[in-house]
Amino acid sequence: MALLTCKDICMGYEGKIMLQNVNFHVNSGDYLCIVGENGSGKSTLLKGILRLKSVASGEFTFGDGLLKNEIGYLPQRMNIRKDFPASVYEVVLSGRNNQMGWRPFFTKKDKKIALERMEWMGILDLKNESFAVLSGGQQQRVLLARALCATQKLLVLDEPVTGLDPIVTKEMYELIQKINKEHEITVIMVSHDTKEAMEQASHILHLGNEQLFFGTTKEYGESSVGKKYLKEA
Amino acid sequence: MFETIQEMMSYTFLARAVIVGSLVSLCAALLGVTLVLKRYSMIGDGLSHVGFGALAVASALNMAPLTVTIPVVLIASFFLLRLSDNSAIKGDSAIAIISSGSLAIGVVVTSMNGTNTDLSNYLFGSILSVSHEDEILCISVSLVVLLVYVLFYHRIFAITFDENFAKATGIPTKLFNTIISMLTAIVIVVGMRLMGTLLISSLIIFPSISAMRVFHKFKAVVILSAILSVVCFVVGITMSYVYELPSGASVVLVNMAVLLICSILGFVTREIIKK
Repeated sequence: MALLTCKDICMGYEGKIMLQNVNFHVNSGDYLCIVGENGSGKSTLLKGILRLKSVASGEFTFGDGLLKNEIGYLPQRMNIRKDFPASVYEVVLSGRNNQMGWRPFFTKKDKKIALERMEWMGILDLKNESFAVLSGGQQQRVLLARALCATQKLLVLDEPVTGLDPIVTKEMYELIQKINKEHEITVIMVSHDTKEAMEQASHILHLGNEQLFFGTTKEYGESSVGKKYLKEA
Repeated sequence: MFETIQEMMSYTFLARAVIVGSLVSLCAALLGVTLVLKRYSMIGDGLSHVGFGALAVASALNMAPLTVTIPVVLIASFFLLRLSDNSAIKGDSAIAIISSGSLAIGVVVTSMNGTNTDLSNYLFGSILSVSHEDEILCISVSLVVLLVYVLFYHRIFAITFDENFAKATGIPTKLFNTIISMLTAIVIVVGMRLMGTLLISSLIIFPSISAMRVFHKFKAVVILSAILSVVCFVVGITMSYVYELPSGASVVLVNMAVLLICSILGFVTREIIKK
């Protein structure tokens, strides 16, 4: 069974349909990239997967024993208050909250995992720094480490490279690749950077308020939708 | 200073005011860090005005003040949080409407009741208004707030820092938001009569803002704002006793002075780090 199955998904805002007839599935170990123009419903679909927004019809089903509290999420960075007083360690550790059940405090294991994820992201030396003073790329690594604290199975990323310079963008993609390949975590990423997506992802979902394409990256490159879109991009 | 405090403590009503006030300040400061960071600090202000209206109606009807005020303010806190989320009238205007509306109701009811003298006590607080029952209620409420805050500290941090992430990873954010707003409502009602309707929100806002000038870690900010709030309250009450000043306003003035000191301290340390 697939890790995530989306069946006849239809979503909208205040009676207006944003997205309809979306059918796809993600298997363990896949790297799915969701592409499409602005306003094509990419972020809406992501909110549906994360249960931040309810669907009008259709359903998302988790398989392979994936529970709702086993999803890691990297939100868009601008949603976080710029002057928030928090250390890097506090932010990363907060990703462990969903594993706590009704336990009030973190255990040694939680702390060990937080430190390990920081090491993966190469930010162990920033442990006691204030989150607010970090550069955009560093902040993104911190948030990625936090997301990895919350999951061992599925990582969901919303436009992870927005506002980053080209060098940092490249590093970011390498990190995501590493998470997918070395640590065997399934990745679902929303991106408008189709070229990069083609090099990275195993599967592509192309949205334009409905499903225009779903399949492997290779198939996408040969499809008419893919050819047209890649030419424009 | 020590002798003055000893002298103050020999008066039962003053000792009571210091105990109740310190506990309320402590709880307000803890909740304040979250409220300020979530940009909900004006909710405290709105709730205290609702409390004023409820208090005025309760005393006009000769009912026990707290038994009326607490449920009314609890309901108001619930709606204020919901209103901010999704409604035709957005958060800040919703709070303004509710607070000036309740203030108007309170003022009209009080004047109809014929006892205008109470009005100033309600608005600016009075240390004489704390009864023995209030003291017991306040101590138990404060202990509950402290316990809940400590037990849920890590969740409260997660929700304050990034509510979407918390919700997406399966933390019941609605439940915790409701808990936070309910605790805020209770703390405000209990502290309102001591500090005054117009001044109680300072207990929520000042200590956390001051602490954020100096520290940039969440835990440090929480601890410092808790300490500052209690110190400011005790100093303020002592000043009001020694110089015969209104108690609520004195506490606010001390808080302002501390904010100034913290801002300078923060500025100086930042400059030193830069060099």
